[in-house]
Amino acid sequence: MTPLLIAQIALTLLVFIALLSSAAGMVYFERKVAALLQQRVGPYLVGPQGLLQPVADVIKLMFKEELRPRAADPLLFVLAPIISATAAFAAFAVVPFGAETTLFGLLDTPLRLQVADVNVAILVIFAIASMSVYGIVLAGWSSNSKYSLLGGLRSSAQMISYELSYGMSLASVLLLANSLSLTDIVNGQAGTWFGFIPRWFLFLQPVGFLIYMTAGVAETNRAPFDFPEAEQELVAGYHTEYSSMSFAMFFLAEYVNMVTVSAVATDLFLGGWHGPLLPESLGWIWFLLKVGAILFFYVWMRWTLPRYRYDQLMAFGWKVLLPVSVLNLIVTAAGVLAFGL
Amino acid sequence: MTLFYFFAIIAIVASLLVIAQRNPMYSVLLLIASFGALSGLYILLDAPFVAVTQIIVYAGAIMVLFLFVVMLLNAPHEDTGLDTRVHPMLRPGAMRLGAVLAVGLIAELVWALTSGSGSGSFPSGPVISVATIGRRLFTDYAFPFEVTSVLILVAMVGAVVMARHDGVAGGKR
Repeated sequence: MTPLLIAQIALTLLVFIALLSSAAGMVYFERKVAALLQQRVGPYLVGPQGLLQPVADVIKLMFKEELRPRAADPLLFVLAPIISATAAFAAFAVVPFGAETTLFGLLDTPLRLQVADVNVAILVIFAIASMSVYGIVLAGWSSNSKYSLLGGLRSSAQMISYELSYGMSLASVLLLANSLSLTDIVNGQAGTWFGFIPRWFLFLQPVGFLIYMTAGVAETNRAPFDFPEAEQELVAGYHTEYSSMSFAMFFLAEYVNMVTVSAVATDLFLGGWHGPLLPESLGWIWFLLKVGAILFFYVWMRWTLPRYRYDQLMAFGWKVLLPVSVLNLIVTAAGVLAFGL
Repeated sequence: MTLFYFFAIIAIVASLLVIAQRNPMYSVLLLIASFGALSGLYILLDAPFVAVTQIIVYAGAIMVLFLFVVMLLNAPHEDTGLDTRVHPMLRPGAMRLGAVLAVGLIAELVWALTSGSGSGSFPSGPVISVATIGRRLFTDYAFPFEVTSVLILVAMVGAVVMARHDGVAGGKR
């Protein structure tokens, strides 16, 4: 085995563990930020500042009884959370999160900070996002419960509706970058305009960024678009019948999806690992900061905005978001043609 | 070659199981598995763009709609009515035609597999990059492309007409 191969395997493991622990970290972060926004203290008993609360949560979940309704479809009921979690982790594989590095001269050939460099990375992310709906839909159907079924139906309708706008916003970015590879897209955002404005696609695609974030929230089923698990109407939506670790897998998938959507947003619109002050080799710190900022925005939004009505969600998706994203794509194409951006 | 047989076997077995299932939910899922295996074959053919598009369009978009319909109808088992094992030729009406068509399909497959003189090579190099695919699609293949889109439009209009019951044939609701 060459050192590069070992480094790549280590990187893959690192990404996996980082995603797992980011989900745990997000639970703590979300509860703390929610507490801040509601002028409470939040978790503080377990460990210093309540930092061990996620560990306590995981232990509690592991020791819960694993229940399965008798009328449930046995195979699909077990398969659904696995599909959800797998899709969530798989999407991150093509996300680059730093410039090439030689690990302080340890390696001869530079290592790319990305699990797999696929030349159609954007489409892979889109494909996996479209597959992740199956986990939720199957969970809803196989539980054989009316709340779960309604949750599953809602989620499939919602994800189909918002996937179109999501894809359109991705397309407008790849028109600017002239490439489907995320590494190329990030490198297309290096440098600054007039010496102080970073060349982020955010400034060329403000509408695209808004569409991406809106559709991203809908794709991850987060508030204010959390209809698949609307507590007041559907008990817990698609995962009503799940308990213990299979419930934890849905939970995990939701947070990992959030991290992935934020990481992709950083790569597409916020210049990825490019930033001032730090050298190129420490660019991943910028990347983490930007992802963290978007995640904070996510949590902030959840505890600020109430859930919409279901018909509002559908009307907004089809009658506002989709026309705006098509218009944005046309304007972008015209701009690229006219100015050769 | 190992990978080719791996994906090919998954595709064939999954496709066969699609029609062997009584539960439409499982049929839909097996069809998705078959599409996934096909996408793997595309990757082996060095066509990553087509592979990913296959997943996005078929497995991701179309099959979700299938699943949606199956769930809405909530039909756990197909009502065939003809569960008793009757010889295909003795079944009424269209079913007899189905048997004839199946025999025809098998004959065609046997003919195609035996008469083919190896795999033909493509007339014009591999089409890998998105730019080449796009250029080909809108120049050389512009006519088939447009005809296909019109065909899909027709199918969509047809579906809308059939779904609306306030027409002549459907009667008032």
